[in-house]
Amino acid sequence: MTLPTADSAAAPRVRALRLAVPPVSALLRPRLIAVSAGLAVAVFLVFCWGVSIGDYPVSLLGVVKALVDKGDPGTLLVVRDLRLPRAVVGLLVGIAFGISGALFQTMTRNPLASPDMIGLTEGAGTAVVAGIVWGWDSHVSAQTLGLLGALGTALIVYLLSWKRGSTGYRIILIGIGVSWICSSATDYLVANGSRFQASESIGWLVGNLNGRTWDQARPLALALLVLLPVSLLLGRQLRTLQLGDDVAAGLGTRVQTVRLAVLVTGVGLIAFGTAAAGPIAFVALAAPQTAQRLAGTAWPPTLASGLTGALMVLVGDLVAREVIPGTELPVGIVTGVIGAPVLLWLLTRANRAGSGG
Amino acid sequence: MTRSAALRPTLLVALLGTALLAICLLSLSLGARSIPPIEVARTLLGHPPDQDVHDIVWSARVPRTALGLTAGAALGLSGALMQALTRNPLADPGILGVSAGASFAIVLAIELFGLGSLLGYIWFAFAGAMAASLVVYLLGRTGRSGLTPVKLALAGVAVTALLSSLTSAVVLTDPDALDRYRFWSAGSLGTATGSTVLHFLPFLALGALLALSCAPALNSLALGDDVAASLGRRLGLVRFQGVVAIVLLAGGAVAVIGPVVFLGLVVPHAARIVAQQAGLGPDHRWLLPISAVLAPCLLLLADIVGRLVERPIEVQAGIIVAFIGGPFFIALVRRRRLAEI
Repeated sequence: MTLPTADSAAAPRVRALRLAVPPVSALLRPRLIAVSAGLAVAVFLVFCWGVSIGDYPVSLLGVVKALVDKGDPGTLLVVRDLRLPRAVVGLLVGIAFGISGALFQTMTRNPLASPDMIGLTEGAGTAVVAGIVWGWDSHVSAQTLGLLGALGTALIVYLLSWKRGSTGYRIILIGIGVSWICSSATDYLVANGSRFQASESIGWLVGNLNGRTWDQARPLALALLVLLPVSLLLGRQLRTLQLGDDVAAGLGTRVQTVRLAVLVTGVGLIAFGTAAAGPIAFVALAAPQTAQRLAGTAWPPTLASGLTGALMVLVGDLVAREVIPGTELPVGIVTGVIGAPVLLWLLTRANRAGSGG
Repeated sequence: MTRSAALRPTLLVALLGTALLAICLLSLSLGARSIPPIEVARTLLGHPPDQDVHDIVWSARVPRTALGLTAGAALGLSGALMQALTRNPLADPGILGVSAGASFAIVLAIELFGLGSLLGYIWFAFAGAMAASLVVYLLGRTGRSGLTPVKLALAGVAVTALLSSLTSAVVLTDPDALDRYRFWSAGSLGTATGSTVLHFLPFLALGALLALSCAPALNSLALGDDVAASLGRRLGLVRFQGVVAIVLLAGGAVAVIGPVVFLGLVVPHAARIVAQQAGLGPDHRWLLPISAVLAPCLLLLADIVGRLVERPIEVQAGIIVAFIGGPFFIALVRRRRLAEI
């Protein structure tokens, strides 16, 4: 049976329902569920639409058919080998960035926190730009360099902040220091490289889905297969942490374990995402905040954040390909341009202190 | 106990003052052609050993050092102010959209008007910084709850993302613009002439005045909006004054030396740790001035190192400052138990 919980007695709208069928008890939030479902449908539609357009147009139905392995060989080739990898990378990167942003913002209770804050994306950027300027890119792919850079930076930050245990706040401050160094190193390389190298570097640094193949999609998909379930489980645990470490411990949350798990998961998501597509601006920061305001929750909902992130990247890529016919803008440029007004609109609409922040 | 607490702030002032003076003197004497400090001192007093030394000191080193001092102080002050206003230790002056606005204005100026002169850049950048932060401020105060720290910060982040995306878009489609833009964006003091410093001094001075007069109100603000209001602070007024100060300080500094806003993010943390060492606690009447001294020390030091490492080529101070400031900051964070805001 379902019962409205206490807070809905005061509010005219039902904000949460308690599902209590012993031995199962769960809190259902109709608005969160509706928003998540709506986002999932939108993501699927935009995904198919993105695959359908191009020099060789395929109907939406044709795309869906090709996804389940039906259709003529030409369409199958175009859809599965040429267009699908790009769309899949966009989808997965969006999910990864959105979810890791939600985890970090919930953990730090700070809407400005995003995993790029602790230097991962800067580290990845330095590694890739160094590869471009010093010409390693003929031996090692940008993806490998990006992954190594991100994970290496995360390890350095963690080791530097280790001192009889590590606190979230110290990790962030050390991360800021490290990302400062990394971004300056990148600036130095860009300013001293040739014009061609500089523009290639900037092209990677804004985040890009151009020319992505299954080589980029596969490692990312494998990483998400592991990290996605973990982060959905963590999201629940994490919410008790918002009440403060002591209260959380009193409620039975293993604070240190959860915090370490969140760090590792968030780092993994960002590292693999950045390696595949570069640091696509703004998604990790804005997607959770947007999802939170859409769903009307007091914290960034994990799954909805991931879906919002995916929607941002996929719509961004669609616009990037179509806005100027013949040229393909990097998607990172567009996510900033279309993501910012959405967040701003939601901000100005919020009229309660609680949801406006 | 009381005695040591009274003594240590004096010692702190003496230490910081000496450090700043020493760094200024070094900045005047070291460079592509190094001049002994004695000769620098004689030149400053009007007895140069020869015309060359006179020219180097007065037309290159003095403006450059003055720029480092003023721009550094401005970035330090505005950073401390920004973190206090938003009550967020991750806020930097760039969050108001200052550096993104300046960058976008510069790129536009290059693109639309084919602007090439550095003085021209500076005014465009300043105007861009002002316009961007005005937009952020107005967006941050829409809605029924008025201007809240979180809304201000998020509006700033969103506008910054929008503008920097547009900047990248222009830069990526026009290699010429990228070529000129990337040098400004690395952050340098080498562009200084006497007149640039003088042009910006009034803005920075006004900003500093506004910032420092905010300090007592910021202390109440740190206790939360409700407490601050019940202590008689007019929140809207304090925030407006703070934002104007940040725009003048950070906008001016970024326009002249490039987007070195990281300095404004890190220095206030260092200032908090220093203040804690001196037994002062998180008192903004101390934190603001300490930030205003620490930041130029770091910036000038970085500039000096940048002149020396690849002599006679100069590495931009905005780059070196991270390589000096980053490890220093990390060491500082590791040593102390942290005081949260």
